[in-house]
Amino acid sequence: MSNSKPLCLSGKGVTKVFGFGSKRTVAVDHVDFEFHEGEFVSIVGESGSGKTTLSKMLLGLINVTDGQIFFQDKPLDISTRKKKKEYWKDIQAIFQDPFSSYNVFSKVDTVLLDCIHMRGGKHLPMEKKIEMMTEACSFVNLKFAELTNKYPFELSGGQMQRLMIARIFLLKPKILLADEPTSMIDACSRATILDMLMNLRNEIGMTIIFITHDIGLAYYISDTVYIMEHGKFVEYGSADEVILNPKAEYTKRLISDVPKIYEEWDLSTV
Amino acid sequence: MGKTILEVKDLTTKYITRFREDVYAVDHVSLSIEEGKSLGIAGESGCGKSTLALSLMGYYFPPLHYTSGDIIIDGRNISKMDPDDIRKNILGTEIAYIPQAAMNALNPTQKIIRFIEDVIHAHDPKMPKKDIHDLARKRFEELGLPSSVLDKHAVELSGGMKQRTVIAISTILSPKVLIADEPSSALDVTSQKMVIKMLRNLMEKGYIKSMIFITHELPLLYNVTDDIMVMYAGQIVEKGTAKEMVFNPTHPYSKGLMGSIIVPEEGTRDVKLAAIPGTPPNLKKPPSGCRFADRCKYATKECRLTSVDLKEFGEGRSYRCIIDIEKLREEYANE
Repeated sequence: MSNSKPLCLSGKGVTKVFGFGSKRTVAVDHVDFEFHEGEFVSIVGESGSGKTTLSKMLLGLINVTDGQIFFQDKPLDISTRKKKKEYWKDIQAIFQDPFSSYNVFSKVDTVLLDCIHMRGGKHLPMEKKIEMMTEACSFVNLKFAELTNKYPFELSGGQMQRLMIARIFLLKPKILLADEPTSMIDACSRATILDMLMNLRNEIGMTIIFITHDIGLAYYISDTVYIMEHGKFVEYGSADEVILNPKAEYTKRLISDVPKIYEEWDLSTV
Repeated sequence: MGKTILEVKDLTTKYITRFREDVYAVDHVSLSIEEGKSLGIAGESGCGKSTLALSLMGYYFPPLHYTSGDIIIDGRNISKMDPDDIRKNILGTEIAYIPQAAMNALNPTQKIIRFIEDVIHAHDPKMPKKDIHDLARKRFEELGLPSSVLDKHAVELSGGMKQRTVIAISTILSPKVLIADEPSSALDVTSQKMVIKMLRNLMEKGYIKSMIFITHELPLLYNVTDDIMVMYAGQIVEKGTAKEMVFNPTHPYSKGLMGSIIVPEEGTRDVKLAAIPGTPPNLKKPPSGCRFADRCKYATKECRLTSVDLKEFGEGRSYRCIIDIEKLREEYANE
């Protein structure tokens, strides 16, 4: 694939194996990928295809069994805790379940203040911090003044997920990994969140890796789509190319499984 | 016209919070389903879909309380029946419910067959175990589930399989009405399709006579149900056949919901998704006028002052908006 922009995150032969002997499971099987700066990438697959395992490896939460991940053309080194923390300044994640993503003891303003402190803004005057937090909240259509004294669990699922995006806005990482951020949210708030992710990409220019099982979402939002089956990428390319002219059988099946409105939905394939 | 299986008239139920405030989550809802038909209920989170599903069973536990209205299943009014009576004679045989987190509903220490024994014994304590096993095996095979599932524990099954097992268990007594509350929203597209196929199968084989399907995925509703009802803030805002509702929505809220559909078809990328701004109103103090007025593009001063009733137009369609239907259509056409 040709892309003029520099590489941000790439991998060669990345593999993850769980267990050994008769219980040996290959979750991710020798995958190669190239994510460029400012690119919106989607990884699509069914449950159990290894999407989340791959995302955990990219985040440095688990080690790779074989192969190598490269971050900005240098091999990724997360051998010590210090190096890991340094890496996490550049990569951040939004997870599927917003309800379990927050510390239940800290209020919304603490959540956001932590982000400012992480970016080295510890010595800024309070007014400046509040200004930054208000800006972040207005970016995601939340009102900071209404939120300050609330705990995250007092918000709705959509609001929590938006607060998560406000955190990312403050942290300004180079890569954002979104692991099914909209699957627990209704269709109406989903549109808002997708729009915000796109704005985030356009304003800060970060690379967004969007993991989903809904091929429709992937088509709507991304530049590049990777299709994953049983730990392998069976097809990849630009979104138009992959979704409108799918070559792999698996991609064709995924597309036919999505409920349609303009054509007949064939139930006999399962 | 078939026989009416479920009829609900002006049903109102409320939650009583710990500060003794009343929250009317289902507000004067009327609906009816004929034999062999299915009804879809759409709406965003917090609009009362799940509360309506719970209320329809007639079995209330705090903080949910019954206020007024009738629920008639096959000519029998269950709204004023004794809770014990409902549990023994209505739930399972007349009306069955699949909750949202059905996948977590299975006790991990029991085999699947034990749940079926439990269900049948609760209604017919004298049925011999062998008959139950035969019935379960036959039913599972007819619905396309391997009968080996019966001898497994819940942890050995995948998410989609668990969901289908729960559906099979809850319909083992052939209820007249099945209420499915977001049965597929936690599943990937392929498992979702299997669940839908199974529900269709149940209807075709006559194990259930009618179905209420609750979801926020409109393309799914369009493919599964005959009629669609859109709820907002505890009220029905629009009713109609599935095709009419998807291609020709009338109420501004339904219109907004249809605007958030994403399907992998050519042209989706060029259309900007139209999300509805704002959040649903707090039902502790619902607005006195139209409940959607604060988020509506077409709202006028009059909207906020006068409440509107459901207005009927065309065959079986109705909507709740003060603006004339011709004028709304004109507005949509101009966009």
